[in-house]
Amino acid sequence: MHDISRRQFLKGSGASAGALLLPPLVPGRQGAPTFPLHKKLGESRTICPYCSCGCGLVVATDSSGHIINSEGDPDHPNNRGALDPKSISVRQLSTSPHRQSKVLHRAPGASEWEEKTWEEIIPLVARRVKDTRDATFQTTDENGVTVNRTNGIAFIGGAANNDEDCYIAVKLARALGMVYVEHQARI
Amino acid sequence: MTNQWRDLKNTDAVLVCGANPAENHPASMFHVNKARDERGAKLIVVDPRFTRTASTADIYAPIRSGSDIAFWGGLMSYFLENNLYHEEYVVNYTNASFLIDEGFQGPADLDGFFSGFDAETQSYATDTWAYQTDDDGNVLRDETLQDPQCVFQLLKKHYARYTVDMVEQVCGMPKDAFLEVAQAFAATGAPEKTGTIMYAMGQTQHTVGTQNVRCMAMVQLLLGNTGRPGGGVNALRGESNVQGSTDMALLFHIIPAYMATPNAAKHKDLAEYLEKETPSGGYWVNKPKFLVSLLKAWWGENATSRNDFHFDYLPKISGGINTYSWISMFHAINDGTVKGMWVLGQNPAVGGPNARFERKALEKLEWMVVQEIAPTATTDFWRAPDVDPASVQTEVFLLPAADAMEKEGTIVTSGRLIQYRPKVAEPPGVAWGDIEIMDAVYQELRRLYEAEGGPVSEAVLELNWSHGADFERICQEINGYWTKDVSDEEGNVVGKGGELVANFTKLKDDGSTACGNWIYSGYWVPADDGDGNMVIACKRRGQKDPGGLGMNPYWGFSWPVNRRIIYNRCSADSNGNPWSEDKALIWWDKEQGKWTGYDVPDFAGTKGPDAAGFNDPYIMLPEGKGRLFAVRNEGPFPEHYEPLESPVTNLLSSVDFNPVVKRWDVDAGQDVGDNIGTSDEFPIVCSTYRLVEHWQAGGMSVWLPWLAEAQPEPFVEMSLELAAEKGIANGDRVVVSSARGEIEMVAIVTPRVKPFAMNGKTVHQVGMPWHFSWQGLAKGATANFLTPHVGDGNTMIPEYKAFLVDVRKAV
Repeated sequence: MHDISRRQFLKGSGASAGALLLPPLVPGRQGAPTFPLHKKLGESRTICPYCSCGCGLVVATDSSGHIINSEGDPDHPNNRGALDPKSISVRQLSTSPHRQSKVLHRAPGASEWEEKTWEEIIPLVARRVKDTRDATFQTTDENGVTVNRTNGIAFIGGAANNDEDCYIAVKLARALGMVYVEHQARI
Repeated sequence: MTNQWRDLKNTDAVLVCGANPAENHPASMFHVNKARDERGAKLIVVDPRFTRTASTADIYAPIRSGSDIAFWGGLMSYFLENNLYHEEYVVNYTNASFLIDEGFQGPADLDGFFSGFDAETQSYATDTWAYQTDDDGNVLRDETLQDPQCVFQLLKKHYARYTVDMVEQVCGMPKDAFLEVAQAFAATGAPEKTGTIMYAMGQTQHTVGTQNVRCMAMVQLLLGNTGRPGGGVNALRGESNVQGSTDMALLFHIIPAYMATPNAAKHKDLAEYLEKETPSGGYWVNKPKFLVSLLKAWWGENATSRNDFHFDYLPKISGGINTYSWISMFHAINDGTVKGMWVLGQNPAVGGPNARFERKALEKLEWMVVQEIAPTATTDFWRAPDVDPASVQTEVFLLPAADAMEKEGTIVTSGRLIQYRPKVAEPPGVAWGDIEIMDAVYQELRRLYEAEGGPVSEAVLELNWSHGADFERICQEINGYWTKDVSDEEGNVVGKGGELVANFTKLKDDGSTACGNWIYSGYWVPADDGDGNMVIACKRRGQKDPGGLGMNPYWGFSWPVNRRIIYNRCSADSNGNPWSEDKALIWWDKEQGKWTGYDVPDFAGTKGPDAAGFNDPYIMLPEGKGRLFAVRNEGPFPEHYEPLESPVTNLLSSVDFNPVVKRWDVDAGQDVGDNIGTSDEFPIVCSTYRLVEHWQAGGMSVWLPWLAEAQPEPFVEMSLELAAEKGIANGDRVVVSSARGEIEMVAIVTPRVKPFAMNGKTVHQVGMPWHFSWQGLAKGATANFLTPHVGDGNTMIPEYKAFLVDVRKAV
């Protein structure tokens, strides 16, 4: 097998996001059989969503935006191209038919979900949050100290969420007066 | 982690205790093995099981779950008695020389207690734990470490009881195994050597979890290993971004970043908060700048010095872990105090302690909003196989979420390294990004509060939400920016309104800066990628590594201000010179009059040998020294107590259980409740752990065919000896029972697990992975049906790692 790094391979092929990947012309490979590719695919570099090593992934997506391959990023100082079973499998998370893809609502006592739209569900969620907050809101404690809190709503999650997701979550939760704010770090 | 993943290659010894990196943080082994191949470093594993990491180690020592303090105490005693500690580091960089109040007494004097215990409140008065000071408030010290009241001598006295024999009897760790570990790791106490400790939930998930971590910090201070290449106290964090979510303070007791949530008993207004929360020394003297800048970020132009920057809009807590922490929170859910729950990608029905209790508590909620990517035992708790949906009145809103690949964002590794990742894939169906979801709810709430009003609706309406769902604007807010033009005394412009602040050293306490998270400040500012390109700091992919120590300063952004190894002042001796050439990280450059080297100094850049505090590397503490003696709820020195459920009584004292831990008694005696088991009925120690093929509570792994094929169902690992006793063969289905429930799974009979010989008694231990539930392609019993609803004395992290069970063959 040629002593050729993946980086050289990518450079030789001129691959870029969204481009049709052509068979590469690389040193020593002239005359090798060509394999016309039938699918458009893009490659991007990202960070693995599993453990806290934060390894680099090179992820290929098809034209519908689903992941069809993941490999280690050879440029990433932590993993230098290596991956574990989970990060190798991210394509199956991307394409899983079990993914939550619909807005669902479960009425009290119901045994099934019913499908809803975002337009329908957001007002229902906001209504619940507001009604519970308002009904349980405490402005001062028994000593007259301003507390401005609700004990009626708990917010939990999310250690798999991005920093910016978490920032928005904590900002919103605290602005609403929530004190029961916890997540995976506690347990 | 105090250090970085890549820094592992610089070590001379890796001590893995309470972690299994080959399994759960696989990429770390690449760097560990580099140290072994290139430096002859030793890999030492201390674990109840012979894990995947143990199978590749140089030294393995078994330890009974729940006896770690006895082990660490034994190590410390060994180092102290044999003069194997790093003396210059200990004298100069720790509080070893500090004198403690004459009234201080410890468990050696008081049979398991420290001075000041109040049995009624289950807490300690800590006045006898204070440093002795002169009239000016300076701490009294003895740098010869001889004074009987100095920390060093008190430490020696405390751990004198932790003999090698005691370790063997309490931990079930054979003497020769203990000594092999002790000698190998003690070698890193030599000034030119460093050793690293890698730990994870195996240390933290105990009722003495905080004190377990304290032990590791103390060991590393004694050996002079912290703040140095190849050293450190390295927590292998359990989720891809639990570091980030913790920094963002999704915990009851803090607000971003690591500032205390206002408490009604202590902080009635902004002035009182700043007075009580701002120490007199150390870097936290700047806290007012961080808090005011946070308030400006949150309430924007509505927050001014005239209204205390709306400090009053921040909700105040009344109480601590016994009121609000996860376990306490679930009691509040169970008793109806909490009526609604908003879930952002978490699965308590699988991951929560006493999961049957927590699942049942969820049924009491009036509503649950859950942002999720997959079906879990939590999203569908109302129709679990053992639940009658008609009996559950909870209204549930399932908001389909984009997963990590399907939205833009940054995450933080164990090494505090913030890395950006782009959106690389499309979410399924109508799934939205979490920011989009929360923005939509906020906008609707806003509309409702505008239309209807409500108590303190201003906190909601005056919230600065100018970023909406715009990712870049959110990053800018987190980074921090000038709220107006600011000039210094000479009239030079230091900041222009709307521009990003360079880092947290620019933040002000007068409202002229806003910053959502001070430790991240700088992460969104363009910085050199090492090749002369200015790239947003957390997006950088520079390959250069000056010094070759694996700092990789041009890759991403490591908080704070891109420091790679924190407390790195310790990497130089008390004259400012590196302890050795091969581990030279930063050093004092006399000609230039500043600290220089291969990392951002975690120290005032121009503080030289003539300045006060030159040898105060622990800049986040007022005294500037690493704390061998440190106040925690159950004591200033870790003391061994048994887990809540233990097969033995405490050999160190007559106090069997951590005296400050709160216990509940809810529904005790019922099928689902706070039931505690004794060793009469449940003689076997049990622990839970993880597999490389699965991830946490399962949502991201159990639905994936490859992973499900590799690990289709849970199992319990047991020793050949226990299996023989019970008539169990490898592959048999067995029932594992605790006081809280019974579950069935496959038995794996293996020599990886061995019985412990402890004080004349044979103690068996078993263990199982906890990822599973009735949801998934890979499915099976939920290990947390067995675990107790009790937690650590300082944090209340649940005691998942040491509880009692029995095992029998399934019929």
